[in-house]
Amino acid sequence: MTAEIGRFALMLALMISAAQAILPMLGAHRRDARLMVFADSAAVAQFAFIALAFACLVRSFLASDFSLEVVAANSHTAKPFIYKFSGTWGNHEGSMMLWVLILSLFGATVGVFGRAIPLTLRARVLSIQGLTGLGFLAFIIATSDPFARLFPAPPQGAGLNPLLQDPGLASHPPFLYLGYVGFSTAFSFAIAALIEGRSDALWVRYARPWILAAWTCLTIGITLGSLWAYCVLGWGGWWFWDPVENASLMPWLFGTALVHCALIAERRQTLVKWTALLGILTFSMSLIGTFVVRSGVLTSVHAFAVDPGRGSFILALIVGFTGGGLILFGLRSHRLGEGAPFALLSREGSLVFNNFMLITLLATVFLGTFYPLAIDLLTHDKISVGPAYYNVTFMPLAALLMLGMVAGPLLKWREDSGREVLRRITPAAAAGGAVFIVVLAFNLGKGPWPAAGLGLAAWLIAGSLQIVTRRTRFRQVPLEQSLRMALAMPKSTYGVVAAHLGLGVLMAGVIGASTWKQEATFAMAPGEAKAFAGRQVRLLTVEPGRGPNFEIERAVLEFSRDGRPETVLSPERRFYPERQSTTTKAAIRTGALGNLYAALGDQGDDGRFTVRLYDHPLAPWIWFGGALMAIGGVLAFSGEWSLLAIRRRAPRVAPVTNAPAAASQGAAP
Amino acid sequence: MKRYLPLIPVVLFAVFAAAMYFGLKNDPRALPSVVVNKPMPEFSLAPVLPGQPGLAKADLVGRVSLVNVFGSWCGVCVEEHPTLLDLSARKAVAIYGVDWKDTPAEGAAWLNQRGNPFTRVGSDQAGRLALDLGVSGAPETFVVDKHGQVRFKQVGAITPDVWRDTLGPLVAKLEGEP
Repeated sequence: MTAEIGRFALMLALMISAAQAILPMLGAHRRDARLMVFADSAAVAQFAFIALAFACLVRSFLASDFSLEVVAANSHTAKPFIYKFSGTWGNHEGSMMLWVLILSLFGATVGVFGRAIPLTLRARVLSIQGLTGLGFLAFIIATSDPFARLFPAPPQGAGLNPLLQDPGLASHPPFLYLGYVGFSTAFSFAIAALIEGRSDALWVRYARPWILAAWTCLTIGITLGSLWAYCVLGWGGWWFWDPVENASLMPWLFGTALVHCALIAERRQTLVKWTALLGILTFSMSLIGTFVVRSGVLTSVHAFAVDPGRGSFILALIVGFTGGGLILFGLRSHRLGEGAPFALLSREGSLVFNNFMLITLLATVFLGTFYPLAIDLLTHDKISVGPAYYNVTFMPLAALLMLGMVAGPLLKWREDSGREVLRRITPAAAAGGAVFIVVLAFNLGKGPWPAAGLGLAAWLIAGSLQIVTRRTRFRQVPLEQSLRMALAMPKSTYGVVAAHLGLGVLMAGVIGASTWKQEATFAMAPGEAKAFAGRQVRLLTVEPGRGPNFEIERAVLEFSRDGRPETVLSPERRFYPERQSTTTKAAIRTGALGNLYAALGDQGDDGRFTVRLYDHPLAPWIWFGGALMAIGGVLAFSGEWSLLAIRRRAPRVAPVTNAPAAASQGAAP
Repeated sequence: MKRYLPLIPVVLFAVFAAAMYFGLKNDPRALPSVVVNKPMPEFSLAPVLPGQPGLAKADLVGRVSLVNVFGSWCGVCVEEHPTLLDLSARKAVAIYGVDWKDTPAEGAAWLNQRGNPFTRVGSDQAGRLALDLGVSGAPETFVVDKHGQVRFKQVGAITPDVWRDTLGPLVAKLEGEP
């Protein structure tokens, strides 16, 4: 019964999304306020019905209702509660449900919290949002019905892929999806603006909170995903340049460009066209990212739905949305404003540099991801592009971007003087240079590149802190006055500081962990001791145990340094009988300066166990940096959000006009 | 010229979309197989179902058959199973099962629970035959002609569409060969 309610709710949501796509657009065209306000309630109703359907699916998973195909294929009664729950989206059908749930959630937030947005713009935005919902609901119902029944119902399910039974799975896909799908709002705003044809950048201002929310969630999702890979896959790696990881990185790079370019468009009314194009492309990249890896076009360990039938449907959706959006852009973008001119050396100029570099970075990842496909099509050779490619392309470009990142926020709008700028960046350059020299002096034959990398990280960290010292005129005015200015500084400025600082910290972590890592694989019998990374490590015992739906082999490894015990790590191997497969659970000791990582492997014929050990200096900084960036996003978002809330309380003057508002051009607020 | 600049993204995207379209048709999972157009390797597998015979190469000679590699641990095999049952009920083709990396007891329980589409089932618990066949995952299905030659390898589930568009026509063609 639950499943039937769910399917029915899904059908209703489909019909509502159709109405939401058509009526408000018509209303905006005819200036019919009744049709336009319908968008708000439709968006909320669409969300409510999809949420109901999703809840039904969750309930079927929790109740282990194996008469549902998707539950039978992916769940098991012996699975712990939390993984029955998270298993809802650990499969193709369920993850598609999560996808449309989040899509409709973003639409509903525009309907509920977007009252400050002029009515015609809001109606058009929600109409596009409804159209997207229509496409994907139709996809689910036509090709990936989560409520399909199985008859006769099997008494037991096949179980969830054990790799996916980890707290990481419970949290990282929802955040990734919040990010991917959140960018649908950027798409909807851009399309609505193109249809509306107003030359001002008002729409960018209204879109920014949603864009920032999506960017923040994507940042969290990627960070958690990488942490999950590090802890679960047992190889001590945190980024593999796998197509699925690239699929999340590409929208992130576009989204980062969009966040920055929306800043200029909003403040200076310039680059509005470019912002619209980025809005379209960011969401397209999310679509390509989420779906290309699943359609069978690219193969990957992660891709959990490989079915060409679904692939063609999805390709049609991608072509429809992206192609349609780009054609609209080609035909209508001349209506958007040109904006005020600016000098090359100015805040605007630095943001153009930022966008240029981010797009170039994206191009390298895009090429690396799709090059094997192109080669396969042209020559039928199977090749894969590995880290070696990214080390020589992505890394130098990223370094160049970081070099510019410090100057950007310290520049003035419109134009700046070169000598002034040099003076301003001196402290950051000094910090970076000092770190470079110190590391170069101590880094024992590792060459200048790691030192340069850490110097760059220091430059970035110092430069980000300088944003605060500069804005509060630290040491130019009395300390008390600086503090007061620091308290009064907008949250979004702190957001910039945290996000830039986070990238510096992340950079330090990546350089530290990849340059000075030590790794070793030993075959050890219980009682045996080996030397590793200046320590002695002894395998005390390997003991069996039982989890809720798996059997455990747990090693106890004792580490000591100069005879003094340092720590004990207990890596595990877990065997899941219902899937006949084994996962590793690495044991990690984290400190501020590095990780000690141990994973347990197979038992050899001679009875000795394979033990893999890694020493990763600075590794925790990678995720700490990611977290800081996400915090930056949250701060910037809450700054924008409170602005939106203030505007909401302000008396509403709805500028219902279709004429190009020439007066607003070049008028900086 | 400047008027056409905004159309550049559409053109670039059209190229990309075309590549994707051919990519879909192309199916990158069709990894070059080591056994296609070669004789089936010699093998003799122990039975899975108690009281029934196992599976050996000699069983395959004389008629066109499908050799389906499955396992009770394999999720996609559950999806594929109804199609196999249907093919066997219609006597469309002889289907032989290779129960891969699985204990015979679990394989038998799985078949008893879901129905048995196989003419004969052999247990490849150690994965030796699968290794010779170059199996990279389950389910995989090999189309074997009357002379015991492997003629095609299907990676992933056989769906009704796959049967209708690919395997069915191929089997019909092979049936017509001497």
